[in-house]
Amino acid sequence: METEKQLYTISIYTENNIGLLNRISAIFQRRQINIESLNISVSEIEGVSRFTILINMTEERVKKIIGQIEKQVEVIKAYYHMDEDTICQESCLFKIKSDLLFEERQIQNIIKESNARIVTVNKVFFVLEKSGRRSEIDLLHRELSVFGIMQFVRSARIAVTKDELKITEMLNAFKN
Amino acid sequence: METLTAKQKQYLEQPKERISGSEAIVRCLLAEGVEVLYGYPGGAIMPVYDELYKYEGEINHVLTRHEQCAAHAAQGYARISGKVGVAMATSGPGATNLITGIADAQIDSTPMVCITGQVPSHLLGSDAFQETDIVGISTPVTKWNHQVTKASQIPEIIARAFYIAKSGRPGPVLIDITKDAQFEEFDFEYKKCTGVRSYVPVPKTDEAAISAAAEIINNAKKPMIVWGQGVILGKAEEELKAVIEKTGIPAAWTILGASAIPTSHPLNIGMVGMHGNYAPNVLTNECDVLIAIGMRFDDRVTGKLDEYATQAKIVHFEIDPSEIDKNIKTDVAVLGDARDSLSKLLPLLNSNSHPEWLQKFKDLYDIEYEKVIKNDLHPTTEGLTMGEVLKEINIQTKGEAAIVSDVGQHQMIACRYADFNVSKSNITSGGLGTMGFALPAAIGAKMAAPDREVVAIIGDGGYQMTIQELGTIFQNKVPVKIVVLNNEFLGMVRQWQQLFFDKRYASTEMVNPNFVAIAKGYYIEAQKVTKREDLASAVKEMIDSDEPYFLEVCVEKENNVFPMVPSGASVSDIRLE
Repeated sequence: METEKQLYTISIYTENNIGLLNRISAIFQRRQINIESLNISVSEIEGVSRFTILINMTEERVKKIIGQIEKQVEVIKAYYHMDEDTICQESCLFKIKSDLLFEERQIQNIIKESNARIVTVNKVFFVLEKSGRRSEIDLLHRELSVFGIMQFVRSARIAVTKDELKITEMLNAFKN
Repeated sequence: METLTAKQKQYLEQPKERISGSEAIVRCLLAEGVEVLYGYPGGAIMPVYDELYKYEGEINHVLTRHEQCAAHAAQGYARISGKVGVAMATSGPGATNLITGIADAQIDSTPMVCITGQVPSHLLGSDAFQETDIVGISTPVTKWNHQVTKASQIPEIIARAFYIAKSGRPGPVLIDITKDAQFEEFDFEYKKCTGVRSYVPVPKTDEAAISAAAEIINNAKKPMIVWGQGVILGKAEEELKAVIEKTGIPAAWTILGASAIPTSHPLNIGMVGMHGNYAPNVLTNECDVLIAIGMRFDDRVTGKLDEYATQAKIVHFEIDPSEIDKNIKTDVAVLGDARDSLSKLLPLLNSNSHPEWLQKFKDLYDIEYEKVIKNDLHPTTEGLTMGEVLKEINIQTKGEAAIVSDVGQHQMIACRYADFNVSKSNITSGGLGTMGFALPAAIGAKMAAPDREVVAIIGDGGYQMTIQELGTIFQNKVPVKIVVLNNEFLGMVRQWQQLFFDKRYASTEMVNPNFVAIAKGYYIEAQKVTKREDLASAVKEMIDSDEPYFLEVCVEKENNVFPMVPSGASVSDIRLE
């Protein structure tokens, strides 16, 4: 068993009920575990929500956490994955003074090379959007910090797995 | 399959009818077979109480003197009967007062449904009078909880509450119902819940795991069983007995497993854990196979984890997958219901006996007897011991009483020395260690099992945490027998202060009131014993009484409970003195 801490992505399929977020976050809070990022969205199945939680811990610990999560009545199934088992992305927005776009030629090169996308431009500011791995977003943040960022926000990690997750089969099995 | 009573069927088969949410709540309870519930009225639950008034002949609401005790009474009711206990309270303080009982039921896997009133839905989140976020507060200590804001949701949610509370590994469920939903009328129809798609109450049992377990058990030279409450909750007492008797394996129990196998059974080797018996604790670290059945390796059972049965192969029979490898790494885990798993295991086991191994338990028992048990049960000192009181109760009840104990020294003595001849006879707060549990839990236990003798064993500390329930006992004429073992100390804390804090008795000495006068103030027959020669006749008088009875026994002030596994020590480093 891996005893070193590392980043794990937890995927949880749940019923879409009020209060479940509280129930799941309490599992982490009670054990003094810091959640690196948390995303809740619809999933591929109608009426089923998907939690994507990023945590830094040992594999032994993450297995026990999965057990505690799955024990919750409204949780359909929980998984944990290592980075190499997933395709994962984060997204971010930068709000930057519009003047810089014309005064600092370098910014245009950074935007081009980073594959970031300009969402909007007005006289005062422009908004840049970038999706990718954390390292790419961090790099872009470092490069733009030099010029001054008015606002920055980064989303939680979202991830899909390379392996199939058989949630639909699981739900169909209940119907039969 | 659950069997339905005639009355239950009557409520299940009622045609659709337009009624209020509050009447629907009562009808749901009747359809679930609820005969008695414990609670306390207040503003936000008044419409339901109004219906309870109308349905008085159908369902018995017992007014406790504090909501915490409504929860404990419901627990006692559930623990002795295996049925779901029901507690009810109003919003705000009524609801928060339930929390201790709910947390207790959660950690001790007790099926319970709590219904709380809530402020009208348009006031939610406005800091209204007696508003509290009880769903938020109870989330970490409930198996499931839900807030209802529309009457039409009531039947489905209550049906689900009962299903979740009692299926799989049982636990408490809280349903919070806003006052407007209680008033609202709707077309009521009740259907029992038979499943929840996201919830697997009993995991599939893997036949291969059973075979692997059987092989390890068949090849064991020094096997030992430790069973827990899973055997009682899973109604697997007979199956466990069959396994023990076929294989000749010595079997020990956790505090909540007590009474699943009679105390007198020759292969019952006693209790494990901090104040358990000497032999099963010491030999945990000598057995070659440890078979855990329906128990969860609590820290009070295991002592120091990395010195717990490290030499042994661990086979774990368990209904809750999250318990597997949680504290102790298993070699074979058999998931599923204890009764089902043990029935499948039995034919695969070889008939066997382990006379030499069993002799080791007997030898260590003799040591424990000389050093501890003899002094507890047949003391030569002047002061009375808690143990001799238990011995007297055993004699007078022929070991058939249900013992409801509180928390502390008297609890450990009760669990160690009570004779348990009938399953579900040890009702105590094991996991949470809730002082004040016993008196209200005894009320629930006696009401659920009126034919059984129910004896509450309580310390002078815990007794005063819920002493007001004498009022409930008196008003409802619940013939429980209450024994307070009075040492004028918070005894267990004092014991730790003596052993680990150089006898600095910080806030553990108690100056007590006249307990007999208090009981008599509630019109409960009462007696106080201070001398050994009066004990037997006093216990006899108590047991012979058909009414509630209070007996105070003044015991030695500074006796300690041994054996003891000191906190953080290995189970084999158990101390006898």
